[in-house]
Amino acid sequence: MFGNTLLLAFRALKRNPMRSSLTMLGIVIGVAAVIAIVTLGRGASAQVQANVSSLGDRQLFVQPNGENNVQRGVTTRSFTARDVEAIRREVTGVDEVSPTAGGNVTAVYGNNHWSVNVTGITKGYFKVRGAALIRGEEFTEAHYQTGRLVCIIGKTVREELFGATDPVGATLRLGIASCPVVGELESKGQSGLGNDQDNVILAPLRAVQSRLTGNENIGSIGVAVAPWATNATVKEGIQGLLRARRGVGPQDADNFRVMDPAEIAGVLQNVTTILTLFLGSIAAVSLVVGGIGIMNIMLVSVTERTREIGIRLAIGALESEVLAQFLVEAVILTTVGGAIGVAIGLMGSFVASAAIGFKFVVDPAVIAGAFAFSAMIGLLFGFVPARRAARLDPIEALRHE
Amino acid sequence: MSAGASARSVEAPADAAPAIELRGVSRVYGHGASEVRALDNVDFSVGAGEFVALMGPSGAGKSTCLNILGCLDRPTHGQYFFQGVDVANIERGQRALLRRHFIGFIFQGFNLLNRTTALENVELPLIYRRVPAKERHARAKETLALVGLAGREHHTPGELSGGQQQRVAIARAIVTDPKLVLADEPTGNLDTAMGEEIMRLLTRLNRERGLTIVMVTHEHDIAAFAEREVVFRDGRIATDRRTPEAHA
Repeated sequence: MFGNTLLLAFRALKRNPMRSSLTMLGIVIGVAAVIAIVTLGRGASAQVQANVSSLGDRQLFVQPNGENNVQRGVTTRSFTARDVEAIRREVTGVDEVSPTAGGNVTAVYGNNHWSVNVTGITKGYFKVRGAALIRGEEFTEAHYQTGRLVCIIGKTVREELFGATDPVGATLRLGIASCPVVGELESKGQSGLGNDQDNVILAPLRAVQSRLTGNENIGSIGVAVAPWATNATVKEGIQGLLRARRGVGPQDADNFRVMDPAEIAGVLQNVTTILTLFLGSIAAVSLVVGGIGIMNIMLVSVTERTREIGIRLAIGALESEVLAQFLVEAVILTTVGGAIGVAIGLMGSFVASAAIGFKFVVDPAVIAGAFAFSAMIGLLFGFVPARRAARLDPIEALRHE
Repeated sequence: MSAGASARSVEAPADAAPAIELRGVSRVYGHGASEVRALDNVDFSVGAGEFVALMGPSGAGKSTCLNILGCLDRPTHGQYFFQGVDVANIERGQRALLRRHFIGFIFQGFNLLNRTTALENVELPLIYRRVPAKERHARAKETLALVGLAGREHHTPGELSGGQQQRVAIARAIVTDPKLVLADEPTGNLDTAMGEEIMRLLTRLNRERGLTIVMVTHEHDIAAFAEREVVFRDGRIATDRRTPEAHA
């Protein structure tokens, strides 16, 4: 039964390939748009997610400038080693702290110059930031204590200064200080905001303070949250402690900031999702418009095919068989159109993802949904033309010119 | 399926009962003052294996009669016995099944599906009868050969002459072995030579295969191919006679 209907529908579609492909076009474009937008949206979300996990979602960053400090003309008061110690000891739920300080210097090796951020770190850095080495060794306890300048370089710095050769054991010049390389960091790629996380040189905090910045200030403090505590309670604890230590009055705003990347990522994630839904629903409107286009062309084609329908009815086709044939024709057009649309949408979003630098995430549920929706549109918008065809009077239809 | 099944079960011996019979059939269009009686109390029967020509001026009722015989239209009054069963009042779906299983149509304008090969055109009624693909191809091919179109299976109507197109249409009408073939001016769109060729084909099918044919025509020359000539006038049968010895 169904095989027969398929055969009749396919033969009818084959007779007019031009009309068939034009009918499909609306659905192709609609589905392609929906798939491209949703896939890109998923890619953006995945990117945000990946950035969060590259930072680790159980960490906080404390910075010495409050919100809008610059606009309000407030001078930033840096943290001190005692602030760091206080956070480590007094705030519950703090697993590890990682004070950093540094700035941009020009690194020189041979004839190569490269402007780079030198970050002074303590032992806690590797735990808080989840950093790891691919070459060489971490700093030793002695390095941290003595203030001797040694460094671990990021991938970008290695490429710019050393090319493909092994940098470990070589000596850079940072400003006026010379600095032996003891290791290379594992690449982290770009951050969510697009800056290169591999363009960095790490050195012991004490050495950076004495040889490069010339003061004991701490630029920012990373905090690893203990597994049993929550980001929010630790954040509150740090805020309370620092307000007291930095003499912030009860009515005044914080003159520092505690940032929670997971929280920021969550907000970004929401924005991405809302944008995807919004653009996706605009694209879905174009799908419905495509469906109406199909109905329009099929209504015209029922008129154009009146004689053919008359022949079928005279030969003994039942009303239900003509109805089924036209419905199946519509569903074939929309699902084939949907398949082509899915292919185009995926290709388009693959290219776009590569260009923007998003992850390319294929979601089978979205593809299945687009298919089901296309088939449904065929049924929905094919029904009226199909019923009109089925109800024709064979004598009238055969007389139709 | 009920019409097909019941009609099949009362299959009468071919020669005993008439294949089809109209009893007191009228077909009225419109109401009241504007009423038109296209057929007025017509009694008419065709025996199995007969070849009958319906003649008469236009508007005399011959086409209306053909539509009723073909179960495309139904009589306003009267009975229509098809193989002994009254089918005057069966519903649309059952009439479709009756056409599918027992009636073949040949039209003046051929009415083939364009951009569709001769073979696929002839297969069409078999598809609706759910004949399996292999048998369907074989029967369609065989029937095309029977009407003299072997080797033209894959030509579309656009690639065939008028006479060849009408042969395809004839093949489509007879491929199901119908009890009744109805032809509506089958030579109307053809020149004389081609028309005669088509008539010889129909005559041959009537004689060799015992096909029952009812044909509407304007032309006496064409009607002369039939065994019997029925002339309509004003919705009634004016004359009904056997033709002088039909053309060979």
